[in-house]
Amino acid sequence: MTGTIARLTLAATIFFAVLAVAPARAADISVKIANFTFDPPQITVKTGTTVVWTNDDDIPHTITSTTQAFKSAALDTSDKFSFTFTTPGSYQYFCSLHPHMTGTIVVEGTTGSTTPP
Amino acid sequence: MTTHDDEDRGPSRRKVLECMTWAGTGVLWTVAGGVPASLGIIDEAIAAEQKGFTFLQISDSHIGFNKEENPNAPGTLQEAIDRVKALPGNPAFMVHTGDISHLSKPAQFDDAEKIISQARLDVHYVPGEHDLVDPEAGKLYRERYGRGTKGAGWYSFDANGVHFIGLVNVVNLKAGGLGNLGAEQLEWLEDDLKGRSASQPIVVFAHIPLWTVYPQWGWGTDDGAKALGYLKGFGSVTVLNGHIHQVMQKVEGNVTFHTARSTAFPQPVPGTAPSPGPMKVPAEQLEKMLGIASVTFKQNEQRLAIIDTPLKS
Repeated sequence: MTGTIARLTLAATIFFAVLAVAPARAADISVKIANFTFDPPQITVKTGTTVVWTNDDDIPHTITSTTQAFKSAALDTSDKFSFTFTTPGSYQYFCSLHPHMTGTIVVEGTTGSTTPP
Repeated sequence: MTTHDDEDRGPSRRKVLECMTWAGTGVLWTVAGGVPASLGIIDEAIAAEQKGFTFLQISDSHIGFNKEENPNAPGTLQEAIDRVKALPGNPAFMVHTGDISHLSKPAQFDDAEKIISQARLDVHYVPGEHDLVDPEAGKLYRERYGRGTKGAGWYSFDANGVHFIGLVNVVNLKAGGLGNLGAEQLEWLEDDLKGRSASQPIVVFAHIPLWTVYPQWGWGTDDGAKALGYLKGFGSVTVLNGHIHQVMQKVEGNVTFHTARSTAFPQPVPGTAPSPGPMKVPAEQLEKMLGIASVTFKQNEQRLAIIDTPLKS
């Protein structure tokens, strides 16, 4: 019994130690491409977030920043593209093949809010 | 219109065969006396051989597409080309209005070429957006199809007194926008038309419709109206497009607009589906929704009758 508690305590200690050492990293955020739309079309994320787009359509699409901050290759069905946003700001993007498809990623600053609970 | 005198005297049969027939996305066009009219299927094509100029239009082959809506795009392109080969009257050439490939891969262009070349016709191409997605943004297309063209691949030529203009409206697209020709191409077009007789028939072909079909799905060209403005003075203007994988036609004054079927997969009627993506239809329906189109230019008729021919009726 005592041994079990000791092991749990040790495990918890290691767990929190890892949290304390690892750089603050926000979870990846997914954007789905389906029916010629980015879903959700607008999201707000914290600095350092990686956004992962997945093409669920049977037609290729691209993720193209209007300011050339990022640009994917043509994504075939099920292909993914990811980009990590390290600078706060509002990033407009579109599909360069079907430019009526548009989306926005708003990247917020990191002021003390990225530490996991 | 130096060749018009010849037409007035009536072209020789040989000349008709040499110069006057086109086959493309499935539309057969003939031009008699300089005025285009659409042809029906084979019997009408024979009739047209004797009175005018015939060409074909094919579009949207999407070689490389293999999803459930059509797992065999090469097979249906082959069927379309077999139909072309079966047409009597030796069409002079074909127009392909883009999306030859699905993903601009060399093997996809190769496979398309292997099938399309069986028609033994010159093919005048314009790119679709699917033909320019290689890492070098269209280098492969331009190497294969762009010889003698300007800019991203636009050009013009004359055949049998008709002036043909191939335009590119799938590059430098703007966020939130539609198809785009761009200032450089528009300037070239204006120049290209300068000094031409207003009686010369004009055929313009491009991938995305030059007229606004359904902007919610991107089916139109932002600066298409500007291009059409340069064509206002001409008596007979025919605009051939692809991209929307279905037949649509409208006549506005001197201009006939027409879109051709795909040889790969159908797309929905505007507004009838959540998106313009490929439409799944029962297998026995598919070939009725794919095909090529035929058009005859009839003398002294202002409006063109355009008849589209499905792979199976």
